[in-house]
Amino acid sequence: MRNHLAALRALLVFTLLLGLAYPLALVAVGRIPGLSGPADGSLVTRDGRPVGSVLIGQSFVDGAGNPLPRYFQSRPSAAGEGYDPTATGAGNQGPESLKLLNEVCARSRAVGELEGVDGGRPYCTPGGVGAVLAVFPDHAVSLNEACPATPFVATYGGVPVECARPDGDYRAGIVTPVRGSAPERPAVPADAVTASGSGLDPHISPAYAHLQARRVARVRGISEQEVERLIERHTTARALGFLGEPGVNVLLLNLALDGR
Amino acid sequence: MGPGVAGGLFVGSLALAIVLVYRPFGEYLYRSVTAPAHTRVERTVYRLVGVDPEREQSWGGYARAVLAFSAVSTIALYLFQRVQQHLWLSLGNAAVEPARAWNTAISFVTNTNWQSYSGESTMGHLVQMAGLAVQNFVSAAVGTAVAVAFIRGFARTRTDRLGSFWVDLTRIVLRVLLPVAAPAAVALMAAGVVQNLGAGTDVGTLAGGTQTVTGGPVAGQEAIKQLGTNGGGFYNANSAHPFENPTAWTNWIQLFLVLLIPFCLPRVFGRMVGDKRQGLAIAAVMATLAILSVAAVNAFQLNPSGTVPAAVGAATEGTETRFGVSQSATFAALTTLTSTGAVNSFHDSYTALGGLVPMVNMMLGEVAPGGAGSGLYGMLVLAVITVFVAGLMVGRTPEYVRKKIGAREMTFASLYLLTTPALVLVGTAVAMSCADARAAMANDGPHGLSEVLYAFTSASNNNGSAFAGLGVDTTFYNTALGLCMAFGRFLPIVLVLALAGSLARQHPVPASVGTLPTHRPLFVGMVTGVTVIVVALTFLPALALGPLAEGFR
Repeated sequence: MRNHLAALRALLVFTLLLGLAYPLALVAVGRIPGLSGPADGSLVTRDGRPVGSVLIGQSFVDGAGNPLPRYFQSRPSAAGEGYDPTATGAGNQGPESLKLLNEVCARSRAVGELEGVDGGRPYCTPGGVGAVLAVFPDHAVSLNEACPATPFVATYGGVPVECARPDGDYRAGIVTPVRGSAPERPAVPADAVTASGSGLDPHISPAYAHLQARRVARVRGISEQEVERLIERHTTARALGFLGEPGVNVLLLNLALDGR
Repeated sequence: MGPGVAGGLFVGSLALAIVLVYRPFGEYLYRSVTAPAHTRVERTVYRLVGVDPEREQSWGGYARAVLAFSAVSTIALYLFQRVQQHLWLSLGNAAVEPARAWNTAISFVTNTNWQSYSGESTMGHLVQMAGLAVQNFVSAAVGTAVAVAFIRGFARTRTDRLGSFWVDLTRIVLRVLLPVAAPAAVALMAAGVVQNLGAGTDVGTLAGGTQTVTGGPVAGQEAIKQLGTNGGGFYNANSAHPFENPTAWTNWIQLFLVLLIPFCLPRVFGRMVGDKRQGLAIAAVMATLAILSVAAVNAFQLNPSGTVPAAVGAATEGTETRFGVSQSATFAALTTLTSTGAVNSFHDSYTALGGLVPMVNMMLGEVAPGGAGSGLYGMLVLAVITVFVAGLMVGRTPEYVRKKIGAREMTFASLYLLTTPALVLVGTAVAMSCADARAAMANDGPHGLSEVLYAFTSASNNNGSAFAGLGVDTTFYNTALGLCMAFGRFLPIVLVLALAGSLARQHPVPASVGTLPTHRPLFVGMVTGVTVIVVALTFLPALALGPLAEGFR
């Protein structure tokens, strides 16, 4: 009992010190000019109104979810409906997840169409779904291609490939992803087809930015060189040459485009 | 420079930094826990707590104080969450429901920081800073205090006194944790980690939508979350969130903080037993395992295998652009090796083998270098087992740092070693036999089993890392994982203190020609081998059904 009383008193003392004095002192430190910007969320304003945070990514899509072509597009996001800071997180699908494979294929195809390049990837059908067969002894079924679609291959290992019937039960088949002939290094970069860990990634890879430059320049009626110059200016290189990976801040880049 | 080279330099610079601080910070830790004089602030704390700092405790007294402090902390944190809607800064969050509040309370008190809740939508700022973050400090101090008491078992002779828990707790908080966490918090703040009491700022985005840029006292919590090897994020996305870990260099700082105390405690061991080489040997075992593990995760992530990584061309799913794949992999390895459980990328989407290694890291028992304090006492138990195994080979009574390892000592050490594997395997088996628990898996097939195995491994070893797809906010998981965390923390602590009590009573054994030298590379290799073999034998069948089946399909 004496222990429990001491424990309670110790908890109270440490709560006052570590739970109130320490964080409130840090809040006070965060009011110092120079620190107050970052301590309050590194907000960016335009015409006096906050339009976002330098550190938090945004969606650049219209009400229907279609990309706004005048803006550079961010990575896919699993935070809420996309870039929602009140519901952060990742997609959490595993490396053999057929759901994630479908998402990757669909994103790749969509980005390819938007940017006018080949959106094909290994293990994806030309139609932008996962190239996955359920293989039976005498036939195979393309699981992601519902009838009446024509399957991405006619035969597999000597047996005919059929489209998937809505009422079909294909659990008995051996699930087999098919590599296909897409190049090892697809035209659409990896970060463009994968969701980030936070769902708020403010950056895209320089490769993804360069891919988008031509479209943005065309829609805005400006030269591609000028867009490339802005990309350059908003690219963060590796700190000290080896910390992290280079990234392009999408919000700042789009703001700079709007502000020209 | 390719990502692999940059990732190698990242690891190398961290290793170099730890090598450089091993001696000075280890000395500082040593003096903090052994200095005879109390500071004025400390004396004030002892007066307020109502304890006599000169009154030392037996192993039983020490254990009772640890358990009392942890029990009171758990109840207080539970109640705190249950009434948060009535308190200042609740931000309109409702009371946390009972099973979840229990899970969260035991999670933070046991230094696990498993989170079945999403910070930004569950907890008000007051619970975060005055409830959860306080436990981040004191649970790390409890672990370190137990490690120090255990070392006293080796260092002292013919006594039943292991020190005062209240003095150790207070000194570790005031002399070690707070002085490091405060400047680290300011550095993080300068980089963009928020520190305010606001609910957030609503902004109108460029595309014409709205976005809430969240606020909160994050920087202070973030610093101790890493330093105390806790890992419980302010936000659901943890260290992947730009407001917790905004830049590549804060990523480096976060990992340095994680490694600092666990890697420097062996120095305290060496100093207290009067032979610095003994500490260095323990640190060498930790470093060997850590380097192998970091290299393995990097290799699996940078050369991705599996359908989705091959389709993408890189293991970028669940990773942030600013960190890249390699420095995410290193973060995954080091936070699972240290019982931190913070994530800057999401392990559920790792390649099958890249996700296997973090799981094995936890299964090692969190010893390489493990959590604040818990890593050292876990590793010393493995050293005791190793001298016993070596003693069996040559047929003499084993001894370690001049203490005999007899039947009583081996009983405690063996029970220690059996506790967490029993919790992991029984817990996973129970979950897999319940339809509700299986329904919580986000992935099917072997990956689903990996999710459940990962959860019980993480909880029982007090890590807190997650394959986050598993829907763990159910009564079953909240209760079962909560029990695993409690038993996985306190049974080992009681066993370690009992072992310490038994060692402290002994006469020292004079070293002879037959004594196994425990500071040489041979012994380092033996402890490393024992650690790996014990894990392999225990967990290989379960791993074969999960990540191995997935990786070698």
